[in-house]
Amino acid sequence: MSISIDKSKCISCKRCQVVCPGSLIKSDDNNKAYIKYPKDCWGCTSCIKECPVYAIRFYLGADIGGMGSLVHTEKNGDILKWIIEHPDGEVSEIDINQKESNKY
Amino acid sequence: MKIKKLKTDILIIGGGTAGCYAALTVSENSDAEVLICEKAHIKRSGCLAAGVNALNAYIVEGRVPQDYVDYAKKDADNIVREDLLLTMSERLNSVTERLEQLGLVILKDKDGKYVTRGNRNLKINGENIKPILAKAVKNLPNVKVLNRVNITDFEVENNRIKGAFGIGIENDTFYTIEANAVIIATGGAAGLYKPNNPGFSRHKMWYPPFNTGAGYAMGINAGAEMTTFEMRFIALRCKDTIAPTGTLAQGVGAKQINSFGDVYETKYGLTTSERVYGTVNENQEGRGPCYLRTEGITQEQDEALKKAYLNMAPSQTLKWIESGKNPSEQNVEIEGTEPYIVGGHTASGYWVDTKRATTVKGLFAAGDVAGGSPQKYVTGALAEGEIAAFSAIDFLKNNEIQAIDLTSTDKKIKEVENFLSDKNSRFTTEQLEEAMQTVMDSYAGGIKTNYRFNEKQLDIADRKILGLQKLSDNLYASDFQELMYIYELRERLTVCRSVIAHLKARKETRWHSFAENLDYPEKDNKNFLKYVNSRLENGEIKIIFRDLQEGGKPYEHIN
Repeated sequence: MSISIDKSKCISCKRCQVVCPGSLIKSDDNNKAYIKYPKDCWGCTSCIKECPVYAIRFYLGADIGGMGSLVHTEKNGDILKWIIEHPDGEVSEIDINQKESNKY
Repeated sequence: MKIKKLKTDILIIGGGTAGCYAALTVSENSDAEVLICEKAHIKRSGCLAAGVNALNAYIVEGRVPQDYVDYAKKDADNIVREDLLLTMSERLNSVTERLEQLGLVILKDKDGKYVTRGNRNLKINGENIKPILAKAVKNLPNVKVLNRVNITDFEVENNRIKGAFGIGIENDTFYTIEANAVIIATGGAAGLYKPNNPGFSRHKMWYPPFNTGAGYAMGINAGAEMTTFEMRFIALRCKDTIAPTGTLAQGVGAKQINSFGDVYETKYGLTTSERVYGTVNENQEGRGPCYLRTEGITQEQDEALKKAYLNMAPSQTLKWIESGKNPSEQNVEIEGTEPYIVGGHTASGYWVDTKRATTVKGLFAAGDVAGGSPQKYVTGALAEGEIAAFSAIDFLKNNEIQAIDLTSTDKKIKEVENFLSDKNSRFTTEQLEEAMQTVMDSYAGGIKTNYRFNEKQLDIADRKILGLQKLSDNLYASDFQELMYIYELRERLTVCRSVIAHLKARKETRWHSFAENLDYPEKDNKNFLKYVNSRLENGEIKIIFRDLQEGGKPYEHIN
């Protein structure tokens, strides 16, 4: 479980660095965010929800059955949209209304 | 390295579930100044970073707090403190209402009543539960939050707490913090044992990998009495993603089955530990892998499950989507995790009185660090934060803040400087952490031995952990984040030694898997309907057996 950060999208706002519960994200020499300790990521997706330019994706490690899909979220009002980009280019989306409770 | 000295009425160590609620309580009920030290950032720190799927501790209509006490007592086979469980249970519903006022979405029926899941649970949207709590704390006038300050030690003299020492991991600062009262709320300990997936995904564990047992270790080192470290928590989880299983079991009624399709839970019993034990045994006897039977659920249930997991453990939903098969089309494989020490699920932690005062004067404990009261979940941690806060407010009335001696501060600064000076250390912190996990896995009942152990193995474990403690004296940190990693390792090693001592002291097997002593494979009610407690005296762990406190009457520290 870890994340990858698209440096070309990063606007150096540091919101991901602030929120990471493991303090794992740092700035590189160009002030762009990168994950310094990829093996220490918990997979909580806090950074992904913070990123205003959707530069961060999370994925499952191959050792736990990951097949290369990348996940991020986009927030629009009460809707948190989860976007899963598959290696073949296909995209799945799941919308969650944050004002609605889980069914289970 | 910069050096800073701070002073506050109440220091709260850990800005997670219990810590945030304690701050809220102090602020609303007194003028006391509060300082929260949080090693990450309170917006998403602690157990609730990714969210939580349900509130699992609530007294539903027609039930009373004592019912919850009885449930927890049965699940732990009597080794609980009923006074703690009762005082917690009495507050579960009021803290729930407060959470709703703060902004948590809780499912209600058309009459405005909470919709319940089973006897104790409420349905919520808990993805943003931690930001909600953090926001409530941020707006409080007398509460200051220091993010990215990792507290490493208490300062205690004559059994009275004076404050704590810590390091600012982003500002290269050493902190001395004087406080009249301290509430410890650092959570439990993950990472003592080798995890399910020790490679790239080593931190894909259920309990937060950043909860490293700091609160336990500081208490142990300060001579506080601790309880029930031998009741380890092993969670039954979805394989690989280590995502919770309750949503499947209680949400869609999925049963535990083996690879032959047989429901095996009835064979072993339904307590938390029996469910793990059954799964281990089915695998060992050749009937694995084991699953939660989800095949045949409806398409609507599929979609609801995927959403529910996104709100708590998104990796499991990704797993379903990547495999191209929904839970209705494939059963969910399950496995036991590595053992954690976590007083919110089992009863490990500080030995506290009913007011959540520890045996160190001025030190109070709440949430996963506080012992004796299992099955807390989120609302129980809030309730304990509230109780500890009221007790700390009371304490301030009759006690004065005490100055920390310069000699203590200097000694601690020297220790920090030693870690920061390059001395051609043979090993890295990461190497010693791996060594610790291997030792615990092999000799103290890890996954490798199906959670079983005997006394000879425990003796080996203790010797090896002691050796690692010595090696850790010579570690080197090139920056303050690495310095935190050294302290985290040392905390874990301290906790490991106590866990080993407790496992050895309970010469029976009361809970399969959680504490399965092969030298004593049977339960021994004659000798072990007792708490196993301990205290560090002159560097040695002294075991103290205490009689069970039954009936819920208030408990005070006397001896």
